[in-house]
Amino acid sequence: MGFEIIMPRIRRELYNKEICACSIFGAMNQGGERVSASGVMKAIANMRVRGNGLGGGFAAYGIYPDYKDYYAFHLMFTGKSPQAKQEAKLELEDFLSSRFDVVNDEEIPHDDEVKLRDPPLVWRYFVLPKEGWDDSGIVPSEGDYIADQIMAVNAGIDNAYVFSSGKNMGCFKGVGYPEEVGEYFMLDRMYRAHTWTAHGRFPTNTRAWWGGAHPFSLLDTTVVHNGEVSSYGTNRWYLEMYGYACTLQTDTEVIAYAADLLMRRQKLPLEVVAKILAPPIWNSIDRLPEKERKLLTTLRMVYGPLLMNGPFAVIIGTTGRMIGLTDRIRLRPITAATRGETFYISSEEASIRLISPELDRVWTPNGGEPVVAELKSTKKVLI
Amino acid sequence: MRSFVFPEFQIIRDEEKCGQCRACERHCSFGVHTYDPVADRLVSDERKCAGCQRCAVFCPKGAIIVRPSPSYYRPNASWSREKIEDLKRQAETGGVLLTGCGSDKPFRIYWDHIVLNASQVTNPSIDPLREPMELRTFLGRKPDLMEIAAEDGDIEIKTELSPNLVVETPILFSAMSYGAISYNAFRSLATAACRSKTYFNTGEGGLPREMRDEFGRCAIVQVASGRFGIDAEYLNCAQAVEIKVGQGAKPGIGGHLPGEKVSASVAETRMIPPGTDAISPAPHHDIYSIEDLAMLISALKEATNYEKPISVKIAAVHNFAAIATGIVHAGADIIAIDGLRGGTGAAPKAIRDNVGIPTELAISSLDRRLRDEGIRNRCSIITAGGIRCSADVVKAIALGADAVYIGSAALIAMGCTLCQKCYTGKCNWGICTQDPRLSGRLNVDIASARLTNLISAWSHEIREMLGGMGINALESLRGNRDHLRGIGLYEWELDVLGIKGAGE
Ligand code: SF4
Ligand code: SF4
Repeated sequence: MGFEIIMPRIRRELYNKEICACSIFGAMNQGGERVSASGVMKAIANMRVRGNGLGGGFAAYGIYPDYKDYYAFHLMFTGKSPQAKQEAKLELEDFLSSRFDVVNDEEIPHDDEVKLRDPPLVWRYFVLPKEGWDDSGIVPSEGDYIADQIMAVNAGIDNAYVFSSGKNMGCFKGVGYPEEVGEYFMLDRMYRAHTWTAHGRFPTNTRAWWGGAHPFSLLDTTVVHNGEVSSYGTNRWYLEMYGYACTLQTDTEVIAYAADLLMRRQKLPLEVVAKILAPPIWNSIDRLPEKERKLLTTLRMVYGPLLMNGPFAVIIGTTGRMIGLTDRIRLRPITAATRGETFYISSEEASIRLISPELDRVWTPNGGEPVVAELKSTKKVLI
Repeated sequence: MRSFVFPEFQIIRDEEKCGQCRACERHCSFGVHTYDPVADRLVSDERKCAGCQRCAVFCPKGAIIVRPSPSYYRPNASWSREKIEDLKRQAETGGVLLTGCGSDKPFRIYWDHIVLNASQVTNPSIDPLREPMELRTFLGRKPDLMEIAAEDGDIEIKTELSPNLVVETPILFSAMSYGAISYNAFRSLATAACRSKTYFNTGEGGLPREMRDEFGRCAIVQVASGRFGIDAEYLNCAQAVEIKVGQGAKPGIGGHLPGEKVSASVAETRMIPPGTDAISPAPHHDIYSIEDLAMLISALKEATNYEKPISVKIAAVHNFAAIATGIVHAGADIIAIDGLRGGTGAAPKAIRDNVGIPTELAISSLDRRLRDEGIRNRCSIITAGGIRCSADVVKAIALGADAVYIGSAALIAMGCTLCQKCYTGKCNWGICTQDPRLSGRLNVDIASARLTNLISAWSHEIREMLGGMGINALESLRGNRDHLRGIGLYEWELDVLGIKGAGE
């Protein structure tokens, strides 16, 4: 990716990693029927004790059918004063208009009655890259081009932060309990989606920042995450080699970029990606038949720096897929369930039962084994 | 000429305890102790003493104390005792001062200024006695990305992979050649490497033919400027080939094995006439530039049918990071980097104590340089030169190394006391000698057990430290400077190491 990463201090890597714990929830209607956010808001609210009101957010797939061919950029303009926010917005729009055709833009509707701390100016732009973006012939794909531009904004324009950038999907997040953030953006009234994921946050520092809430996303990959990745430093340098600027210093950002690198850019199948992020232990690998042993050994050899060590549970969303995964020794909880065409993944079973008391199937996935919900089909993927 | 150097060590024999068994006399190859029949007691010539402590350890009565001589010159900050005595010795001999082992000068030991992290609350520490804790490491080139063909659940790897070494613990035995060290010491290293599922490095002196079948599977063979003992079978019996360009103890200069150490068997292994000096030139005379190195790497890959990773060992000198980057581009799969404190069997003292940079700084800048160039996964880094304990290994890996080489530490496990007299060929511990009477003192079974114990002890400790940091696979520590903090370091040192200060 042809741009330089600008870090606060290139030599000493003086980043301050954010640490937090969380609740996560996801629901997908595999039949593709679009539903409002009221269920998922109720479910995530039920796990209030897992958060502390310093971060909440949602990812929703299928919400912009009218603009489904355009990249929907959600922007946050922070800054102390309204002028600072406007300045950031102007600078961003300058940047956007030089590289993209913007077909529509508007402030993201919100309810000012809901009192949240220091709301930034939140705006959305529906865009397509200007013709000729690939003239140079060095950017491998449109996705890479878009990702490059997002990195450039997030690392380069002060007070402007792209927090959602996929097609026909969007993230909404802020500082507050997740249900408050949902009400602020009026998710239950404004949007219908076939897949919702949600997050309630418990950061250990109080200087909570809107951009630091989950989900984290790049293009249509979103991540909500509960855990602390002890391999952060290793994961980070590996991703930086591939042009991902880890500007937010959170574990979740790193997982989102890893998912983007492996799934979108390297086009690895999901079951392989899960075995990279949370590989089986050598003792189990060594006992497998030759072919599988060779595959898993090679994966660990090549992608060792992307192993996510330490406790985590994540829900990764992409268009048409929702994936739940815990770390290889299952140090954070995750429960999966199905009812009719709806597939649930949650930190706690109680939240699922709250909105769907009757379930067809409920189970606890093993560490390192992904559960995958796909539009129109369901399968538990195991190698 | 009478020497004006007074003895370095004082020997105190407790006459009450001494049973006159004369063990000390037999043990000392330097001829310090003799029995005086007239006085009917043991006497010691302190001038000959190397301070190797063999007599003190083996005296059955515990009657001997060997300690640094309490005599001193008038204290002088500029003219230390060592400076004065070195100068006197040169005035007496007119020659280059030789020494053995790594530099003993008080350059800052960065390991001792770095502290490790541990998990508290937000992240559970992991108990290595109850949970898996994985140290397996692959050394060699990794592809930038992997192409995979998936057809209904059947997954196939399309990318062609380079050969890698697999070690079950990130500790390898550094290059120590047969000739510099005794056959028994060499065989002990080989035995322990195979038993510990790691590798030993043959050094530049070849691999005795009768060892190839048994120990080839855990050998890295070296190709150095002297090209001793190299043929196709030598290259192919091992698991990796290392081109030795430089050595931390003596960057920029070659090696010299005196004819007295070239016994019949050493001569046969090195493919030279017995009793002749074995001289490795300072440079490889077919490598005057990086493209020459690239050609040698390809030649070795060709000779080994592209089945073995090729390592290049260089000394850490001022511009080594740029040089190492070039070496990766030249096709090396592993870079071994040997720091200022790396050991040697013989080196000019002036070189050993004044040339090169510490390995801690070297690993960190090399790792960062390769990351910046986006080629970190094209090679593995093995660091050498001054690794003393398991914590040093953990810190080296967090600074970006893939594994470490240990040399002095391995010798110490076998009995070495760092007396620095290796170049004399009179090692009382049977390590650095070809004298059959001395080398016979080193029992292969016992020495290899000591080495195996050392690797196992360090591996256990590494697991403990990893578990404390909430990490259960070593690959998650590699280059993870987040888990390191510096204490008592200047800003520029923190910058080079890429770590924060403690409390930051
Ligand atoms: S080895 Fe000890 S007991 Fe034996 S002669 Fe020497 S000093 Fe005396
Ligand atoms: S190997 Fe022998 S001669 Fe060399 S320092 Fe160790 S004990 Fe002394």
